[in-house]
Amino acid sequence: MTRRHFIVGSAVAAPLLGLPLAGASAEVAPRPAAAQMVETSLSINGRPYQLYLDSRVTLLDALREHAGLPGTKKGCDRGQCGACTVLLDGRRVNACLLLVAACAGHSVTTIEGLGTTSRLHPMQRAFLEHDGFQCGYCTPGQICSAVALIEELRHGTASVVTADLGSGARIAATPVELRERMSGNICRCGAYPFILAALQDVLGAAPVAPERG
Amino acid sequence: MEPFSYFRPPDLQQALALAAVPGSQFLAGGTNLIDLMKGGIERPQRLIDLAELPLSGIEVLPTGGLRIGALVRNSDAANHALIRDRYPLLSRALLAGASPQLRNMATMGGNLLQRTRCGYFTDTAFAECNKRVPGSGCAARAGYNRMHAILGASDACIATSPSDMSVALCALDALVRIQGKHAQRDVAIGDFHRLPGRTPQTDTQLRPGEIILGIDLPPTFAAVPSCYLKVRDRSSYAFALVSVAVALRLEGVTVRDCRIALGGVAHKPWRPVAAEALLRGQALGATNIAAAALASTREAQPLRDNAFKVPLVQRALTRALQLAGGAA
Repeated sequence: MTRRHFIVGSAVAAPLLGLPLAGASAEVAPRPAAAQMVETSLSINGRPYQLYLDSRVTLLDALREHAGLPGTKKGCDRGQCGACTVLLDGRRVNACLLLVAACAGHSVTTIEGLGTTSRLHPMQRAFLEHDGFQCGYCTPGQICSAVALIEELRHGTASVVTADLGSGARIAATPVELRERMSGNICRCGAYPFILAALQDVLGAAPVAPERG
Repeated sequence: MEPFSYFRPPDLQQALALAAVPGSQFLAGGTNLIDLMKGGIERPQRLIDLAELPLSGIEVLPTGGLRIGALVRNSDAANHALIRDRYPLLSRALLAGASPQLRNMATMGGNLLQRTRCGYFTDTAFAECNKRVPGSGCAARAGYNRMHAILGASDACIATSPSDMSVALCALDALVRIQGKHAQRDVAIGDFHRLPGRTPQTDTQLRPGEIILGIDLPPTFAAVPSCYLKVRDRSSYAFALVSVAVALRLEGVTVRDCRIALGGVAHKPWRPVAAEALLRGQALGATNIAAAALASTREAQPLRDNAFKVPLVQRALTRALQLAGGAA
């Protein structure tokens, strides 16, 4: 039994047992009229989806609650933590600040689309090998972000710490560069040194052994 | 979030027509608007997504300047070869803002319209905010105002503009191109954002129903020595306490012309024109830099918690001028 199956199972059992159910008193949103429903066609992890949802639904909630893809995590839900990072047409974005309606015609890749337990994405393997997490909640976002980061470096994308902005300049994947480029993903467990090591591993750079605190 | 109807017009004319209905708001990248809608600060009844409009181009103007479409993403503008090579000040400012994810979403037009991050504005638990509820008062004045304005504030509002991009645009003499239902007009970036005065609910000169088409960069400050220096509480992914954009036209060590814009200190990017005047025609040496730095905050009126911004601006400007002038 997975953690999710356990939690979902518990939530169903709780009302039967008369136990208080966390989240049961969630806000009662005004019921939308038909004009506020939107039909959205998009591709998620290579599969076509057709969703008919309230216009307020974000990509994050559409993935988790309507597409059966709970791998993308909801942290702050306000664009401040990066836990919801997914790839939109290959570029990293915060799914919590995107309306799913605005994603019509686009391709989304989530952590479920990067690899499977039997065929891990190299970045997933590197996070495992380098202990790039502790509680794991920010990890799907960290991994999606890191995958996009490597693509950005390949395209010569500059960051604020890049010394030479000249469009032909070569950008070295220094630890300073990598940390700046991962700054949109917060890890409250503080696994940053190991996340950096995982990135360097995938980049083929000599991994710097992080000091264990 | 309140319910809204979602529209995705295929062209500018239909977008303008849809926007004429009261309760409408435009959606571009959504990084600020969706956040404010979740917080109950913005409550549009109709959301008009501009995604289909052909405003995503960057082109060279006959003058030698650059025209940037309003829907160009912040990350794409920052990394465009012509902007990196000729307007690195703009690249630096864009890359200093937000996170890679947010820059991939946020647009140039949307960045211009970013609303303040004043905590009393973004939290509806506070009853007093003249920007959110006109006439209700300003909780920040008597509250915790470390992040707030030291220049150009009013009794009604002490909020600061959060945009890094706008500060750089101000030092580049950019023009904002605006389309209304009947006419198109250009507004100089320095006039686009307002000081709060008695109507802090209005951030900019943009009128209801108007669409930002894009931003023009004149050739005046293309490929000149420049610097964007941002000072913040953590080294990345934080709003500015203070930021400085400097663009210089030098002849040897003499400043032929210059632009200075300050961020994090006012309701709009702040041009310390007295400091610019002190440098114009003078050598970019320690004495003149010190005089300019001092002049940049002459009108400052710090509050209880933000007096530190006065020397911080002076030091940041000193450093930015040194760096732009070629000091190591």
